[in-house]
Amino acid sequence: MNKLLQLAAAWLLVLVAQSAQADLKVLACEPEWGALVKELAGDKASVYVATTGLQDPHHIEARPSLVAAARNTQLLVCTGAELEVGWLPVLIRQSGNTAIQPGRPGNFEAAAFVRKLEVPERLDRGDGDVHAAGNPHIQTDPRNLALVAEPLARRLAELDPANAAVYQARSADFLARWKAAIQRWDQAAAPLRGVPVVVQHKAFPYLQQWLGLVEVAVLEPKPGVEPTSAHLSAVLAGLQARPARMILRAAYNDGRGAEWLAERTKLPIVVLPFTVGGNEQAKDLFSLFDDTVQRLLKAAR
Amino acid sequence: MSVALAADNSASVEEAFIQTTSLPAGMGLKAGRFLASVGYQNDKHAHTWDFINAPLAYQVFLGGALAQDGLQLKAVLPTDQFIELGGGIGAAGEYPSGTGNRKKPGTGTLFAHTGGDVGASNSWRAGASMVWAKAYDRPFEDIDSAGNPVNNVFTGNSRLAILDGVWKWSPNGNATRTSLTLQGEYFRRIESGSLVYDESGQALADSFRSAQSGWYAQAVYKFLPDWRVGLRYDRLDIGNVNASSNTANLYVPAYSPNRTTLMVDWSPSEFSRVRLQLAQDRARYGLTDNQIMIQYQMSLGSHGAHSF
Repeated sequence: MNKLLQLAAAWLLVLVAQSAQADLKVLACEPEWGALVKELAGDKASVYVATTGLQDPHHIEARPSLVAAARNTQLLVCTGAELEVGWLPVLIRQSGNTAIQPGRPGNFEAAAFVRKLEVPERLDRGDGDVHAAGNPHIQTDPRNLALVAEPLARRLAELDPANAAVYQARSADFLARWKAAIQRWDQAAAPLRGVPVVVQHKAFPYLQQWLGLVEVAVLEPKPGVEPTSAHLSAVLAGLQARPARMILRAAYNDGRGAEWLAERTKLPIVVLPFTVGGNEQAKDLFSLFDDTVQRLLKAAR
Repeated sequence: MSVALAADNSASVEEAFIQTTSLPAGMGLKAGRFLASVGYQNDKHAHTWDFINAPLAYQVFLGGALAQDGLQLKAVLPTDQFIELGGGIGAAGEYPSGTGNRKKPGTGTLFAHTGGDVGASNSWRAGASMVWAKAYDRPFEDIDSAGNPVNNVFTGNSRLAILDGVWKWSPNGNATRTSLTLQGEYFRRIESGSLVYDESGQALADSFRSAQSGWYAQAVYKFLPDWRVGLRYDRLDIGNVNASSNTANLYVPAYSPNRTTLMVDWSPSEFSRVRLQLAQDRARYGLTDNQIMIQYQMSLGSHGAHSF
């Protein structure tokens, strides 16, 4: 029994030693924020990403692996605006980590630094998954990532002052490359201005605003409610009067509703990566938007 | 805080506690009335259960669920692998503490949980827990060897060990459309003390010792966004019961109570659920009870997120 206890204690020590690394530990709720931290911190931070590009960030469970990651992290980088309301509060509570409680420097909400669209005038459960703070899918407009990068770099420097100069330099370098890339995307995407689209979920208002796409219909009858056949028929009828050029959905959405409509309207379905890792091409933030713009242009041709 | 309404129109406080958020080292302290974090299902509210009723083992060994009036401390270790250790003390009402001990901190718990992911589609949690209870005059209704009802009273020590495990699968970790959850728990209880047989009548007192166990296993499959089916099997083992001179008086049939339950539920929204449950209950000796139950659940007000 004593031997067994000694063994268990030794094993625990090894586990503790392994997890005590020098890097700043960051837990990103969504892949886009994990990718942004990698751009800003390089090898100064070790990043754990809570969701993959193929998961619906509204509906994640506070799994044991995530509780352990939240326990050990020094900085939580999430979208906020209630996107993670179904799981993040549980995760923070169960982790027992005081540094990442809301309001502490270890809790960074990206959406706080962006002007939000679709802020509802009234809140009613009958309207579906409506977020009081506005639409949380801010990462589909690259200009929003530029707005988040600066305060995020400052937050990294605040938590890890020894590397403050690194974060500042990397942030300046990233923003220069990012602004050049936005210019490139803007030019390439000029033909998309005014193109009418059908969307699966109200996931793209920021993308639409950026590129000038016009949303004429939504497949979900209410946000977060799967398309019903009655609603799809209504959308189909509505498209007679207001025709669209393509159907947009995120990689994590169920494809059946979009396919039903595409069969009847012959519209192309554009499966957008939505975030880093949403498809094979979207490996980092730059390739995410390269691929997004390319797919839209191909469908609009 | 959550309040439960019982069938007899009485209301009772299910849970009302304060929880710290500022303790160091991954610790969290609960104080008040709370569902103890032993086993898997114990600290889940009844509206999140996958079946209308609790498993037989929960009903028999914990009176449905162990709620304590006291303190519970938990800590998540700073390891990459999820490891959570905790324990609590408190008064636990009539069961398992008995009527003579309602207000005293007669129960203690210790528990450990670990878990992780297997790829993006699978996650699991497993745990081991202990519940100690000092019982004073804990009554239970029984029948004597001739089949007449008697009331017995137990005083002594109760030790309950629980092993629990849950495995969840969903394609790419998206549980909104398709998911499978496998869940099981094993209970073993050893009690020693004294038993008063037929308390209101002959009141025969002698030493008592028992070692009993039970388990359940269940699978719940979500095949459409709003629809789930579930199957559960429950079993109890009467085990060894030694009531000294009272042994001959007690009715201890040599059989294992068991139950098979099938359910299907439909959730038109996140806030409502309709459930049909069919069960073949063989908990009583020589009697098979076929049950049909229908349940409608509705939740009001803002509602916190659920744990794994």
